[in-house]
Amino acid sequence: MDTTLALVLVLAPFAGFLINVFFGKTLGKSVSGTIGTLSVAVSFVVSLMLFMQVNATKTPIQIALFDWIQVGNFKVDFGFLLDQLSLLWLLFVTGIGSLIHLYSISYMHDDEKMHTFFAYLNLFVFFMITLVVGSNLLIMFIGWEGVGLCSYLLIGFWYKNQEYNDAAKKAFIMNRIGDLGLLIGIFILGAAFSTVDFATLKTALETSNSVNPNWIVLAALALFIGACGKSAQIPLYTWLPDAMAGPTPVSALIHAATMVTAGIFMVTRMNFLFSLTPEVQTIIAVIGAATALVAATIALVQNDIKKVLAYSTVSQLGLMFLALGCGAYQVAVFHVITHAFFKACLFLGSGSVIHALHGEQDMRRMGGLKKVMPITYITMLISSLAISGIFPLAGFWSKDEILMTAFHHNIALWVIGSIASIMTAFYMFRLMFLTFWKDFRGTEEQKHHLHESPKLITIPLIILAILAAIGGAINLPGNAWLNHYLAPLFSVAHQEHVLGTTEYMLMGIALAGGIIGIAIAYMKYAKQGQLPEEDAQITGFSKVLYDKYYVDEVYEFLFVKPINALSRFFRDYIETAVSGFVFGLGKATMVLGAQGRKVQNGNIGLYLFFFVLGVIAIISYLFLAQ
Amino acid sequence: MNNILNHIGIENYIFLSVILFCIGVFGVLYRRNAIIVFMSIEIMLNAVNLLFVAFSTYHQDAQGQVFVFFSMAVAAAEVAVGLAILVSIFRNLGSIDIDNLKKLKG
Repeated sequence: MDTTLALVLVLAPFAGFLINVFFGKTLGKSVSGTIGTLSVAVSFVVSLMLFMQVNATKTPIQIALFDWIQVGNFKVDFGFLLDQLSLLWLLFVTGIGSLIHLYSISYMHDDEKMHTFFAYLNLFVFFMITLVVGSNLLIMFIGWEGVGLCSYLLIGFWYKNQEYNDAAKKAFIMNRIGDLGLLIGIFILGAAFSTVDFATLKTALETSNSVNPNWIVLAALALFIGACGKSAQIPLYTWLPDAMAGPTPVSALIHAATMVTAGIFMVTRMNFLFSLTPEVQTIIAVIGAATALVAATIALVQNDIKKVLAYSTVSQLGLMFLALGCGAYQVAVFHVITHAFFKACLFLGSGSVIHALHGEQDMRRMGGLKKVMPITYITMLISSLAISGIFPLAGFWSKDEILMTAFHHNIALWVIGSIASIMTAFYMFRLMFLTFWKDFRGTEEQKHHLHESPKLITIPLIILAILAAIGGAINLPGNAWLNHYLAPLFSVAHQEHVLGTTEYMLMGIALAGGIIGIAIAYMKYAKQGQLPEEDAQITGFSKVLYDKYYVDEVYEFLFVKPINALSRFFRDYIETAVSGFVFGLGKATMVLGAQGRKVQNGNIGLYLFFFVLGVIAIISYLFLAQ
Repeated sequence: MNNILNHIGIENYIFLSVILFCIGVFGVLYRRNAIIVFMSIEIMLNAVNLLFVAFSTYHQDAQGQVFVFFSMAVAAAEVAVGLAILVSIFRNLGSIDIDNLKKLKG
């Protein structure tokens, strides 16, 4: 029964993919979209059933399908592990996935390749589920690569624009760098313990002393590099903002809610490994904090509505890694979930705005939309309040937990996290005020066409906004359902925060920080009605921020240019030499053949002459030899 | 011992053989008529046969003579085939000048 359910869970989106890819065009847009949405909804229902079961029985469901690889004493089973962690992930991947599929039916309706879009989305959900439910690192790796592929396909969905193709390539290559790290980590663990199965690895790591601890540190570090690539952390974060080239539902699903959290999933899954390596945990915490701060500063000055949200995502992911680095895995998971709610809502809302403005993404050309798009405005407002950490919305609880953990771990991390949070509040409300307040700044024609989006777009927005508002309820201090639910996963028991004076003070500071951020944004953009300068007028430090600290340029100079130069060298010299040699051989044979051909002129007299000559040569040789 | 080699020395046979063989070779090389080329080849063959017989007598060993019988039989068969080919060529080309036989030119 469980096996059947698990197979339905995994294969339903894949079936949707196959139908859409082969028959999507003939079925027509609405049918194709419905099939795509239904296939994910089926997975959601199955996840919900399995979740209920595991939540009641408290025992993970393990499903072994078949032996996959067996070499010597190294054995890999193909199986699924449906435990508390994977089911939680499945719930929001398939749940938010269904909502975003629903949204896409309307959003992508004017696109001629809508069936392809749904095929890719279904394929993505299939790989994401594989990633989450795999019972060992190799199955997770299949999903890991698969979601990377789908991300590439969807970023470059509008492939006729070369910039979008470049963004897709960038995302893919950056991810590949991370994937190499992940793969090396898997190899080290496989070589050291002869297994890549999560459960077996856990026992092996906790009991065995025979493995050199340096290898374990190296494996943890390599796995973290993999997580850096997928979850857009310094130094591999630059692909995520560029990934906004894809259609907005893609940004919401893949580049905000689900795929980018795969790194956090992996670290949480391998928590028994990371708990053994405090050095790596410190690195994770520092990189997380740095990413949170750097991305937040960049987001302060961006003018593209999706770019702001993209940097905000990077920043929030940084906060999650900060929590992971402090060993508070359930706190990170909590923030992953609440973030999935409000960030998906924000992205879908921005999509609704972009839809209404026929593709305009520059906030300097927006404004005054709250009158015409009230539902989009209210849902995005709730989500913005949530991400800014305003009581009592979801983001308040999860962000507060992270900051509290950081505070107990290291004051510096807490300070950085808090600054990033204040910035978050500021840039989110900068976005809100610029987009929805004051008067419309676009063209007259756009103004004429302004409209609230259709129901298929607003319904997912409303559902997500409700979740963003009440999602914090799953892990309230004092009633921490999530902590208890996840507890069996962790070898180190999580210390519940005792709500003392310090804790209430920290909550107060976090809340005050959020309000300060909003207030500054209000003063600047709502009250004084300032507008961000045009690109050419941006100067000073804002210019540095606007150009993203020139990280792309530095990477271009450090990596891209030398590699290009190297490949040009290989093309111009090495390849020329090698092909010159090979072609030269061929040419020499041709020339020799052309000469030899002249001898075969059909003149029998000549043949006979050579024949006699040959005989004479043989005879004289025989005489001379004696 | 009543041996013809007592009257005419073995070297004379060798000289004769060599001369015959060379005549054959030059005939093959210089003549253009396929039949004459053919005859020249026969002369070379018989030069060798003559040498066989001479040495057979010289060594008092009959093997050489037996071999010559074989050689002559095979040569006869070869002539039959060869002439048949020549007839066929003549019917096709109207000539047996070997300079015209360039159909197989590479």
